[in-house]
Amino acid sequence: MSENVTLPQQGAKQQGEALLKVEGLQKHFPIYGGFPFKRQVGAVKAVDGVDLTMFAGESLGLVGESGCGKSTTGRLITRLLEPTGGKIEYAGQDITHAKRKQLAPIRSEIQMIFQDPYSSLNPRQTVGTIIKSPMEVNGINPPGGREKRVRELLETVGLNPEHYNRFPHEFSGGQRQRIGVARALALQPKLIIADEPVSALDVSIQAQVVNLLQKVQEEMGIAFLFIAHDLAVVRHFSQRVAVMYLGKVVEVADRDSLYNRPRHPYTHALLSAVPEATVDGPQRERIRLAGDVPSPINPPTGCRFRTRCWKAQEKCATDEPPLVQISGNAEGHLTACHFPEEPTIKGGKEVVLDPALASLESDSK
Amino acid sequence: MTTLTKTEDKPAPTGPEAFLSVRDLRVAFSTEDGVVRAVDGLSFDIERGKTLGIVGESGSGKSVTNLTVLGLHNRKTTDIQGEIILDGQELTTASEKEMEKIRGNKAAMIFQDPLTALSPYYTVGRQLSEPFMKHRGASKKEAKDRAIEMLAKVGIPQPQTRFDDYPHQFSGGMRQRAMIAMSLMCDPELLIADEPTTALDVTVQAQILDLLRDLQQEFGSAIIFITHDLGVIANMADDLLVMYAGRAVERGSVREVLSEPKHPYTWGLLSSMPRLGGDTSEALVPIPGTPPSLLNPPTGCRFHPRCRFRDEVPGDLCSTERPLLADGRAAACHLTGEQKQSIFIDQIKPRLG
Repeated sequence: MSENVTLPQQGAKQQGEALLKVEGLQKHFPIYGGFPFKRQVGAVKAVDGVDLTMFAGESLGLVGESGCGKSTTGRLITRLLEPTGGKIEYAGQDITHAKRKQLAPIRSEIQMIFQDPYSSLNPRQTVGTIIKSPMEVNGINPPGGREKRVRELLETVGLNPEHYNRFPHEFSGGQRQRIGVARALALQPKLIIADEPVSALDVSIQAQVVNLLQKVQEEMGIAFLFIAHDLAVVRHFSQRVAVMYLGKVVEVADRDSLYNRPRHPYTHALLSAVPEATVDGPQRERIRLAGDVPSPINPPTGCRFRTRCWKAQEKCATDEPPLVQISGNAEGHLTACHFPEEPTIKGGKEVVLDPALASLESDSK
Repeated sequence: MTTLTKTEDKPAPTGPEAFLSVRDLRVAFSTEDGVVRAVDGLSFDIERGKTLGIVGESGSGKSVTNLTVLGLHNRKTTDIQGEIILDGQELTTASEKEMEKIRGNKAAMIFQDPLTALSPYYTVGRQLSEPFMKHRGASKKEAKDRAIEMLAKVGIPQPQTRFDDYPHQFSGGMRQRAMIAMSLMCDPELLIADEPTTALDVTVQAQILDLLRDLQQEFGSAIIFITHDLGVIANMADDLLVMYAGRAVERGSVREVLSEPKHPYTWGLLSSMPRLGGDTSEALVPIPGTPPSLLNPPTGCRFHPRCRFRDEVPGDLCSTERPLLADGRAAACHLTGEQKQSIFIDQIKPRLG
């Protein structure tokens, strides 16, 4: 297979300068134990070697199941967490271990939208104060004053500017998320990390917030790292999508390639598991994995997906597959797999690894 | 309230096959802020071996309905009217003792969050055995054998050793499997699954959904499947009931409702959901506004403040008169059949792709 391999740096080459470059990013949370002296007995390898490149103004989706490290990756990029290893480069500047002072100008350019609109707004502050405070912290004085700017922002996100003096509890979940968006926009950022921005909202409200984010992204040219577990929402929002599994990116590609021509078995399994609200839709493949995601405390050697993969061979346990462009893939479509799947999601294929399902279904046949 | 309190929802003909039949159910809670009418005139039937899906957003009354069916509501603060007939037995007037005989035996429930629904204090095995010993008078040994058999059936590896584990030693997907095993211990004829996969990842969700469907074929239980995810319903249910603000707004088979929805709320739900095969250049069409508070629900049709099509209805019918939900395939809306058809074909269908 090695003759097919091109290095990821070459594969990821695209128009424009990379806004954010992440290489081999790691975050290990230590576990302490023992008596009488607590010492480190292990580590949760939440993020373990993530490579990502983001370009100015693009929207990159990051999908994966819970515990795969997608939120941690987002928090590392905003430097809310200190990376254990690897490198984060923002606009050509290494910010991996940058100090507070060095980070100050960059912090205003990278903003975050959180998942839970109930816990991410201070209940004691008015909406005005919440949206204003990033400007106060960064000493920004927009023409016409901060209050005027806040009222403009409220209007941008579809709230009434007269809500300036209200408190968060007076708003519904969707409206609160709009306040969170307004706060993130207050500093005119270049990059917004949106960590599951719609998953706490009702279906009918989700679309309102997704449309708002899309409007903001297109009109202001802000790059978005859109972290979510809902593959359909990510597909709708992002031009490129990265799939994470147990702390690593296993596949990254433009939207069409990833959803129509996925190569990594895990991406196939994820896509086949999404329930679709149609009764006569096109037949899709059916892949039912066995069990849950393994613990990131002691992840499998080699390829991390091998314990749940139907194609795993000895090589998968010993060699970790690099994230590269496999032959037959479009440029920028990188996959970390020794034995990639056919690039199709057409029906007919059936893989049932779950023992209970397999036995029940063989009985009924 | 200026609403006409007409008794709508003429009871559907109760065929001999209807195993559970809910008639004009009204549930109201008295809270500090006032009376919450969580369910307001709901009727549905379910046959043995069939799956009824109930879809709705948070606060639409879907969970309350089913807690009421099992008598899990707080009797002191809840006012219940209407009928719930399970296999010929009236449940709204049943005593706590009678309900105890039904719960876990004839009717069982699978809850959304298996970590809070299982007791952390007892082993999984003990929690599984308990209903079997209580309802069937089985010995400890028999109950243990049965529990191990059920654990194996739902795909828990090494059920003999897992029997003595505590819930925290199980992963999320396994806990949900254990809960399914628990609900199936006494061969229930009615299984109520309240968002059983909402807390799970998609790959695990797919396993659990398939497992439930396969088990239903084997056990022949009737399932009420509550969820907010239309995708999950499309895979699981035979019939579908769409709820909004405590009322049923549309009813029909899953195929009918999903391929030709008739209520503006269902249209809104479907067009606000992105799809894997949809056109990404088209913006989503959200439902404007927010779901109403049930302390002070809108008059007439409860969806009218958020409805795009209420101008097509003559007069102020939408805000004054409650639309009726007829029997069988129906939608509770004042739009005429032709209007619905033309709106759906011209405006809604092209967006759904």
